[in-house]
Amino acid sequence: MKNLVDLEKKINSELTTKINKTEIKYDQIYIEIDKNDLIDVILFLKTNKDTKFRQIIDITVVDYPERNQRFKVVYLLLSHEFNQRIILNFYINENEVITSLTSIFPAANWMEREVFDMYGVNFKDHPDLRRILTDYGFEGHPLRKDFPLTGHTEVRYSEDKKKVINEPVKLEQNYRNFDYESPWEGTNYIKDQTEKNDQKN
Amino acid sequence: MTKKIKNLNLNFGPQHPAAHGVLRLILELDGEVVEKADPHIGLLHRGTEKLIENKTYMQAVPYFDRLDYVAPMNQEHAFALAIEKILKIEVPIRAQLIRVMFCEIGRILSHILNVTTQALDVGALTPSLWGFEERETLMTFYERASGSRLHANYFRAGGVHQDLPAGLEDDIEKFCKSFPKIINDLENLLTDNRIFKQRNVDIGIVTKEDALDYSFSGVMIRGSGISWDLRKSQPYDCYEQLEFKIPVGKNGDCYDRYLCRIEEMKESVSIIKQCLAKMEKGPIKSLDGKITPPSKKDIKQSMEALIHHFKLFTEGYRVPKDETYTAVEAPKGEFGVYLISDGTSKPYKCKIRAPGFSHLQSMDYLIKGHMLADVPAVLGSLDIVFGEVDR
Repeated sequence: MKNLVDLEKKINSELTTKINKTEIKYDQIYIEIDKNDLIDVILFLKTNKDTKFRQIIDITVVDYPERNQRFKVVYLLLSHEFNQRIILNFYINENEVITSLTSIFPAANWMEREVFDMYGVNFKDHPDLRRILTDYGFEGHPLRKDFPLTGHTEVRYSEDKKKVINEPVKLEQNYRNFDYESPWEGTNYIKDQTEKNDQKN
Repeated sequence: MTKKIKNLNLNFGPQHPAAHGVLRLILELDGEVVEKADPHIGLLHRGTEKLIENKTYMQAVPYFDRLDYVAPMNQEHAFALAIEKILKIEVPIRAQLIRVMFCEIGRILSHILNVTTQALDVGALTPSLWGFEERETLMTFYERASGSRLHANYFRAGGVHQDLPAGLEDDIEKFCKSFPKIINDLENLLTDNRIFKQRNVDIGIVTKEDALDYSFSGVMIRGSGISWDLRKSQPYDCYEQLEFKIPVGKNGDCYDRYLCRIEEMKESVSIIKQCLAKMEKGPIKSLDGKITPPSKKDIKQSMEALIHHFKLFTEGYRVPKDETYTAVEAPKGEFGVYLISDGTSKPYKCKIRAPGFSHLQSMDYLIKGHMLADVPAVLGSLDIVFGEVDR
């Protein structure tokens, strides 16, 4: 399809029930679907002669901890032939499992591994779902909003033990994160909280 | 009597000069033939995306220099464009030309490094000595414009940080005259060089189909014969007004990718020349006081400017709730920023799409069946920089 409006119509008419919402913004189409229709929608977009979204650009997740369905999963697709981009998304709960796209796009392999590493979202039928960016033996999922910026452990070389060791983070100075919208109410500092917790224990 | 032969597992890196940084590549070898390659990345992971979520938009710019640190300003460009898109602000033409010019300088910086180190990986020392001298000149241009050779922190939403100092335009023009000769010298050393060709021709072939399947972009996809360049197909800033060609390879091997890079450098020189010719005096950033900081002179005289300055450098500007994906053609391929703003002065999420990430993951596919000695050649032609792969 040459232009986005036609493409939007085409997608809506061909995939009627599978599309929850479409929107054209900044020369890209944003589509909301259901988790279970992912494979069907992706296969259609990839193979149909009027869409030809042959390349997956990225897979990512957005974390909204306050929502019921916590994670918004986002797929970015690109069609070279028609020079168009599509952004697919759907919402899932924390423990839901998504079907892997590795059989359709080999490039999805590492992208899904990254999502798994950073957000702890699991993929079904993924050939090799390991952590990818974090350290061997790392715990937690760093890009979740409830993971502290400073992390939980810090690494140093211990002269006594003659090896690299992991220790709980000790902050010399608090990370200063001012809340400019209400500057007079003060901020909850991580260091104070951990010290309070230590006292309790 | 039969003897069982076990495959050999070999650790390539993380401290191997041809690993181009901190790559740990675990190779399974049958004799000298690679059966399987498993790249372990993340040794340079700094949590850039997490850090950006905790910084204002202006404070987040320097993190982009540290991704692909060989061509820092190209990354900043993607971020600046993403913010501009959401804020819907116009960038003055002079600022656009400066940005495009420095992006092309970044492209040359990156391609020189890649071409010469690839030559180094396959045994040629001289190109890197010649090439790095030119990189040094280019980095002084960076320094004169931004104050820093590598981590420029120069692009802003709405333009650039400051105007070019006197004389810089002339010096860049002089460079444009002398540099094509250097490219020719490099070509004389490499293009028809028997050893260089033996090491690169028909090595690491990527077919068109596979280039798409593995999400290749930039030189990796052009080397395979697909004419795709975001500067042409989805032009940003003033690329529409500039004339340039897109070099495309034929066979999709390491040698074609090398040729593409050489040709792209020549095109970049021509783009820089066009930018310089078009450059006129004028503002270098958007005049919207709510987004770009006021001049020093205004701060001393205008109360409003003073308030703007204070608010911009404490709270930062607020970006309305929205989401967008913005991509630029970085030297290594499609560099994208998926930005979600929530109306505050900090990004809610900023996913960085690095081209090297998808290129490196195809390592297993590219190297399977090749000899061990081809690993550095293929790795070299992928143009991997770990700043952006690990983020």
